Parts: sequence; structure tokens; C-alpha cells
Amino acid sequence: MSVLLIAEHNNKEVRPFTYNAITAASQINEDLHVLVLGHQADDVAKSLSEVPNVKKVIHVDNEIYENYIAENYAAAIIKHAESYSHIVSSANTFGKNLMPRIAALLDTSQVSDIIKVISEDTFLRPIYAGNAFATVKSNDKKKCVTIRPTSFDPADKSGGSAEITKSDPAEASSSTKFLKKEEVKSDRPELGTARIVISGGRGMQNGENFKLISDIADKLNAAIGASRAAVDAGYITNDHQVGQTGKVVVPDLYIAVGISGAIQHLAGMKESKVIVAINKDGEAPIFSVADYGLEADLFEALPQFLSELNKLNTIQK
Amino acid sequence: MKILVAVKRVIDYNVQIRVKEDGSGVVTDNVKMSTNPPDDNAIEEAVKIKEAGKAKEIVAITIGEEKAQETVRKALAVGADRGIHVKVDNVIEPLAVSKILKKIVEKENPDLVFMGKQAIDDDCNQTGQMLAALLNWPQATFASKIEVKDNALEVTREIDEGLETIEVNVPAIVTCDLRLNEPRYASLPNIMKAKKKPIEQLNASDLGVDINPRIEQIKVEEPPKRKAGIKVASVEELVQKLKNEAKVI
Repeated sequence: MSVLLIAEHNNKEVRPFTYNAITAASQINEDLHVLVLGHQADDVAKSLSEVPNVKKVIHVDNEIYENYIAENYAAAIIKHAESYSHIVSSANTFGKNLMPRIAALLDTSQVSDIIKVISEDTFLRPIYAGNAFATVKSNDKKKCVTIRPTSFDPADKSGGSAEITKSDPAEASSSTKFLKKEEVKSDRPELGTARIVISGGRGMQNGENFKLISDIADKLNAAIGASRAAVDAGYITNDHQVGQTGKVVVPDLYIAVGISGAIQHLAGMKESKVIVAINKDGEAPIFSVADYGLEADLFEALPQFLSELNKLNTIQK
Repeated sequence: MKILVAVKRVIDYNVQIRVKEDGSGVVTDNVKMSTNPPDDNAIEEAVKIKEAGKAKEIVAITIGEEKAQETVRKALAVGADRGIHVKVDNVIEPLAVSKILKKIVEKENPDLVFMGKQAIDDDCNQTGQMLAALLNWPQATFASKIEVKDNALEVTREIDEGLETIEVNVPAIVTCDLRLNEPRYASLPNIMKAKKKPIEQLNASDLGVDINPRIEQIKVEEPPKRKAGIKVASVEELVQKLKNEAKVI
């Protein structure tokens, strides 16, 4: 019994959720190997070999793995699947796109988005936008599992020295071509791993008003989130969406501004440690999950909030 | 081009889910059901492509109990030409769904298969990718923009970092994001016309695929409830509470 984790990275650095997935994967079984498919990603392989939980790194270097083409990735992973009882990845857009393709090729029924490892074959996962938790047992010989990264702490990054072995690429697909990636660059913390998140909803009224949010985000070193309504209305780009079909966040502090709190949004943030809701509608469902609710017009409350924060000198970074 | 669109009947997105007391699942009796929301986007996109003269026929398919037919009927009312209903008695897993869809694809020979990126009941997000693997077709998941080219699609995908654009050769599978388009409502005359459009009924057991569950659902329970919070009277009070009580700033 060994576990094969598929690393997510940008060929230079390991993407942070890979470390959370490592924690979950090593709870399934301690014999954890990591597969790095990339192009000139030696630094990624080296970083992962230093993770104490990792027992072995398999590195496949080829230009066909420069971008995430699921068809190419899956073909390479299948070549290694034989030796493993579990194949795992994080349940973000990387793993969601990739893992079912592997599972189908292995004739395995995938277990998606687990939030707890109960045993080697039994897992807890949310269903219905997190309104119910299902305990499921996989009876397939080989198991394909994706992991909700925010439900597991990131693994320690240094102190280990796993062996790195090189392996050959599989055949590339000619039917899929990568054209471009429009990545939103920001100096702010990543939404998925930020300690504080401040999100705006339809109540923001337009994109310009998000400046009220970003000023506070700058002050608190927070990431910026949004409800689906705000993204659909074009106030902010899709990578900020928190919810059932967007990102799941579990920060220490989540501030929801002008967000009514549809169950689809709550699905992405209700596990946050402390939740603040600022909304002028006192009946808004967001107040039912908020630790601190402020019934107020956000256009008055946000500038006040910023000036109160400015009075404090002890904002944690 | 011919487009096959897969739709699923799920508990309506506005319904507050209730977990059964015996832990066997969630309450579905007398609960409002509707089409899985991103499947509506999949139908809408197919209809738009047909309206642009780039597709000849749209076939809507669902797999489920008798009443799942309603979702096909709705697809017919917004522009699908005919329907297929594959009957199954129990809930089946995405792997089984994709095996059934593969059989239908082999029979119907569509150029494209569209469906929603995930179903809002089991939140699995698997079927499209699995079908693509079983057919050895390219996949374009989480699509927020589709451009039809000669024998290929240019698809913009919503990913965690932003947007990615890929080109997939036809035949291909596309799973649709909610932002792909604005699904239309069916007009009354079109609802009436849809009643005359044909729906072919098949039984999953006749298709010769293994749809037995591989995953045992041991129990379904309510998630832990958050303890009730408080309302604060002012921004000053909020900041004080966050600093001195919650100690998060």
C-alpha cells in the first residue's frame, strides 16, 4: 500500500495546496510518493523531496507538461498507477479537472473533495454545498481521491531528504492545445490560504466601489473575495469567487460585506473561524452564520472601519 | 454538427436541505426538484450554437428515475430537438453515468457533448472528465466562453489562478460553468411544442454496462452548527470585539 500524490506547481514553485494535500495523503498511508510532471521543474522536485512526509519523488520532465493538459497528465500518471493503492490530488481546479480522467481510465469510482480521512478506504465529504456530510467507503481496489485543501493543515516543508527518481514521459495528446493563461497577479495573500479574507457582494453596486474593500484588505493584509453575484455582474474577476462553485476558504477572519448569504456562498466560507457580516438588511441569511453582525450601510461602515483600524497599531501581518 | 447535452434532475438550488434522521441520506419527498443549474448553461450554449448556424441537431439526455424526464422536457422547451431518457431506479455514481453516456455517444455519434461542470447535489465534478477519458476525447472543463472554429473549439476555462484558454479538436467534451451564458426561460408556446418532441426511453439494464455502486454511503449527517453570534451596534464596537474578544486583528 502506497499513495501517489500528484503535485501542483508552476514549474518553479510548489503551489501551496500541494502541502495540504500531502498532510491528508500521509494520513491515508505513510508511504507517500509524489509525482512531479513539469517542464524544467527541478526546483519543484527538490522542494518536495525536502518535505519530511514525502518518501520518494518521481520527476518527469518534458515540455508537454509545461501546462496542465489533463489528457497528457493522465497518460503519464496511468503509467505509474500500477504500484499504488491510492492516487490523490487537491480538490481545486487542478485536481478537479485531472483526477476523474485518471479514475475512469483505472475503472475506479472517485471520492471527491474529502474533508477527513477516517481510514484507508473511508472518508468524510461534504455534499449539497456542505449542508450535509457523507461518510463514504470506497470498495474499489485502487482509489482515486481528491482532498479539500483547507480542511488539512499544510505539511512541514523542510527537514526531509527523499530520493528523486527520473521517469520517462508518456505520449502527448494531439487533440488539445494550450493557448494562453490570464493569471491575475497580486501582491496580496492568496485567497485560499490567507489568514484574513474580506469579500464583497452585490451590495457593492459596482467594480469601483471594491476600492473600499481593497483599502481594508491592504490594511489587514487580507485577500479579497466575492460572491458569485459580484463576479457575474463584472465587479471583479472570477478568481475571487467564494462558494460552492468557486473557492472554499477557511481563514481566521472572514468579513462579508454586502453579501446576502445564499447557501451557495455559505458553502465556501462558513467554516471560517470568525465571521463578520456587514449588511444593511438585518434579515439577510449571512447574519445566521456571523459571529459579529453589523447592520449598516456599507458605504458608511467601510470608511469608518478603515479609520478605526488605522487607530490600532497592532495589525498582525 | 450534432451536440449531445446531458442534464440531471437535482433538488432545487433554493431548497434548504434536510438530512434524514436515520442517516440514510437527505429528504427528497415533496421537495422541489429542477435541472442542475450549470446543465441549463450547457443547453443554452448548444442552442446558441445552433442558432448561429453551426449545429444541426441538439439531443438532450438524462439518466434517472421516471420523473427525470422533466429535465429533458425542459431542455426541449428551450431548443433541444429530441430527448433520450435512460431509466435507472437508484442513484448511480458518476463513473456509471459516464459509462451509460459512452454507450449513447457510440449510438448517436455527436460531435460535441456538453454538460454542467458539477451537479449541485453530490458536488462530485467528475462525469464530463470521465466520459472524455472513456471515449479518449479531449476535455474542456469549467468553460466560461466557447468559440466554435473549423473542427475545433476555443474554450476559455475558469481556473483558480484566473482564466485559461485551450483549443480542443472535435469531437470533444465540454463542461460548463455558470458564467458561460444566461439561460433563457422557455416561452409558453415552446413549452407546448416541446410536448410533441420525441423522448426515447431506454433502460440502463439493457445497455450492458456495469452500474453497480463502488462506493458505500455509510451515513449522512448534519454538519456541525455554528453557535449563534451577536449583532454589534457600531463599527467601533466591531473593531473592539475583533481585537479584544476574537483576537483576530
